[in-house]
This record gives sequence, C-alpha cells and structure tokens, in this order.
Amino acid sequence: MTLDTTEQKLASGDRSGESDATSLSFMRRFNWEGILFPFGLLAIAEVAMRVTGVHSETLATPRQILATLIHSFGNGVIFGLSAETLSAAAGGLLLGSLIGLLLGIVFGAFPRVFELMELTIEVIRPIPSISLLPIALLVFGFGYVMEISLIAKSTIWPVMIMTHAAIAGLHPRLREVALLLEMGLKDRITKLVLPAIIPSLFVGFRLSAGVSLLVAITIEIAANPRGLGYAMMRAEETLRPDLLFALLFWVGVLGWGINGLLLLLQKLINHRFGGAGAR
Amino acid sequence: MWALDRTIRIAFSVGFLALLVAIWHLLSVTGVVSPIYLPSPAKAWSALLFEMGGGELPWLILRTLEHMIFGWLLASVVGVGLGMSIGISHRARRLLGPTLEFFRPLPASAVFPVAIAIFGLSEGMVYVVIAFGAVWPTLLATVNGFTQLTPRLNELRALLAINAFDFVRKIALPSAMPDILAGMRLSLTVSLILSVTGEILSSSEGLGYWIMLQARAYRSDSLFAGVLLFGAIGYLTAKLLGLVEQRVLRWKRIY
Repeated sequence: MTLDTTEQKLASGDRSGESDATSLSFMRRFNWEGILFPFGLLAIAEVAMRVTGVHSETLATPRQILATLIHSFGNGVIFGLSAETLSAAAGGLLLGSLIGLLLGIVFGAFPRVFELMELTIEVIRPIPSISLLPIALLVFGFGYVMEISLIAKSTIWPVMIMTHAAIAGLHPRLREVALLLEMGLKDRITKLVLPAIIPSLFVGFRLSAGVSLLVAITIEIAANPRGLGYAMMRAEETLRPDLLFALLFWVGVLGWGINGLLLLLQKLINHRFGGAGAR
Repeated sequence: MWALDRTIRIAFSVGFLALLVAIWHLLSVTGVVSPIYLPSPAKAWSALLFEMGGGELPWLILRTLEHMIFGWLLASVVGVGLGMSIGISHRARRLLGPTLEFFRPLPASAVFPVAIAIFGLSEGMVYVVIAFGAVWPTLLATVNGFTQLTPRLNELRALLAINAFDFVRKIALPSAMPDILAGMRLSLTVSLILSVTGEILSSSEGLGYWIMLQARAYRSDSLFAGVLLFGAIGYLTAKLLGLVEQRVLRWKRIY
C-alpha cells in the first residue's frame, strides 16, 4: 500500500477506538455512575458558587446557564444560529467530500495518476485551512462562500484517502469473479465494487463531518460574523457568561449528536454490506 | 531498471507540480486573476526570501513553533498521564467514560471565547486552549491503548506478581505506545491549527497574526509566502514525529 498517512492511521485507530467507545459508554450494565458524574460536578459548582457568593463577569452558575439555554430555545435564537453554522458546515462538507470522492476514485482506478499528483497533494494537504483564512477573506469577503470554501478544503482529505485506500485495496479475486461471471461494467460497479468500498467511504465521510464542524466554528470565531462561533465571541465581549456557556454546551451537544448519528449510520451500513472493507 | 523507473516517476511528479506553478504564474501575469488576490509565484518567492532575510519572519516562525510545541507537550503530558490513570482503572473508566465521550467531538476552537473571558487576550490563554484542544486525541488513544491490552498480558501480570507501577512501565506502556504516538501525531496537527487561530485572535506575536496583518495591508505576496511557510511547518513537524515514531516503535518490526 502506497498510502501511509496520518489520516489512514487515524481512520484505523479511530475504528478500534469506536469499539472501545461503545464499550466505554454502553456497558452491559447501564452505567449510572458515569452518566451522573458530570451532573454531580455541576451540582457541586452550583453550590460552591452560591455559598461563596461569587458574582463574576466570566463565570455563571449552572442554573443561570440552563435558564439562558431554555430561553434561547424559547425565542428561537439558537435555532437560527445553529442553522447558519450547520448549513455552512454541510455545504463545505458536501463540496469537499465530492472532490475527495472524485480524487479517490481516480487515484484508486489509475495508480499512475496518483503517482503523478502525489507530490502536489502532499504540498497542499498540510496547509492548515485557518491559515488560508486571510486569502479567502481577500477573495470572497465575509459570508457563506468564504466559510464553505475553507471547510471544503479541509474535508477533501479524509474522504479522498479512505476512498483511494478502499479502491486500491479491492481484493483481486473480485476481478476474477467479474471475469468468470462475464459481468458488464455497470454490474461490476453496482454489485462488486460499491458494496466493497461503501463502508470505508462512510468512515472517511464521518471523519470529514467532524472536521467540517470544527472548521466552521473556528472561522466564525476568528472572522466570519455569523453562526454559533460568532455568537460565542459576542457573548464573551458583552460579558454574558451565561449565554457563552449555554452556547458552548449547545455546540458540544451538536458535535456529540452528529458524531453519534453518523456512528449509528456507520453501524447500519456495515451491517447491510457485511462490514466488508471496514472491519 | 527499477531505479530508472523510479526516477522517471519522480520526474513526472515534480513536473506536474511545476506545471501547476506555471499555470499559477500565467493566471497572475496575464491578469486573468487580479494580482491583488493572486501574486505570481516569483513574487511570492521573492517576498519569502526578503522577509526571511531582513525581516522579523524567522523570529515569528520560532514564536509560532513555540506556541505549537509547548502547547502540544502540555497536552501530551496531561493526555498520557490522565489516559494511563483512566486506562488502568476499570472504575475510573466507568465514572469518566461518558463525560470524555461528550468532550471528544467538541470542536476545540469553541473553547476560545471561554478562555478569553477567563484569561484575557494573553499568550497564556493561547496555551490553555491548545492544551485543552490537543489533549483529546492523545488522551483517548492512551485510554484505548490501555484497555485493549491483550488479556494474556494481564495474566502475565498476575503470574509475575509485579506491582501496578512496574506493570505500567514495563508492560502496559510499551504495548500502548503505538496508539499513544498515533494520538500524539493527531494532537500535533490540532496544536498547529489552534496556534494560528490563537495568534489571530489574541494578536500575539507569531506567523498567524503576521499573515493577518499582511492581508489587511493587501500584501498578497507576503501573505502567500506565509501560507507556504505554514504548509512547510505542518509537513516537517509531521515528518519529524513520524521519524521519532519509527525509532520508538522499532521493536515492533520483529513481528
């Protein structure tokens, strides 16, 4: 295998991590201690802050944070902000994964093309997308397009690497089977290739999805005046720690929920395609 | 024959990159894309040489590396230490598992506003966020490496009747090392991203703040030079860690 990159290690390591993740949080016996632990910490914080009577412009009690969170749900503000962040993340993710998918397919099907472009990719890939922010600002100005372009740049790689590895790693026997059964190109792709590579493609997509949320929030915090990231910066500047922590908590819930949903989908896909290639 | 084939392949690979640079040059020189956005490669290169030679750029690179590496070391020490203590104790895993699983997918940069509120726009704030954001890959990889010890090693521990400290030092840690290093590699990438973001946000000395200034002054040649430097930093640090990894894990090659 010509691919020996961080992402691939990450992908394989991540996969072993998942089985562990499931064993961490969903043990056979329901893990009451583990679920109650963070609430216990919050309760201690609440009591401690009330007893000492802290009045701070940087910290808020858990009760205030919860009240603000409920309030932001009530007036719908948090939905609008989430929509701005998530639509940019989804747009960039879609664009980036499409490019990554195309590159991965071409590299997998034509190893010569990969040899030709490997150096170029190795030059572009390690550039952190946040360092491209000033250029994107010059070219696109503030707004969706700038955010989406930077998210797309960073979501290409996991999908590209997983697609490439999956296609390059197709078992040679599949080709023999196709020859033996005299399958046409269409049958070969839909009946042999796709089922074999889809689980890996999805792993790449899931990794990219995590990256897309990270880049979206980073850009909003650093420059782009929209979405949850910007709202957090505003909350900090206007000395609203309750709102700040409520938003931070909500961003955490979004990241956790999206990751959980995609993990669930991945399990379904692995089940449907017999886990070929992914395990 | 094989060597010749390899030379030709490398030549083509370099040729392709040169072709792209040539296209970039043409786009800029002919004015298809305004030079305000896209300086010619020659201009970006000479800006790089100029700033490296007479300017403060080498110093700024060192400052960014300082942020990145000290933040990363902090994250690694905390990650491995905490990961070991969680990994070795079944009870700690049960107690802390769900909380850690909540923090793992949290976009690290979301911590910036909170850190700014608490620590102000200081360099210490940048270190705190880098350490917090970069700790997760290492921490979870360490826990993972410790929980996935083959049961045989635990049997060995009972057989040899060694204490917990020796077990960790002589058996568990080396066995978890591949996982830990993979996590630390990921943490390094995260530290670079957070260093740049932190410098931009807190205007602290470094390459991240510098490229922001270049953009505000519409000096796109210096801006591109800075971005190229970031690519080089990302590439070289990852390569360097890869070499360390190979050396530390050389015992694995026996298998």
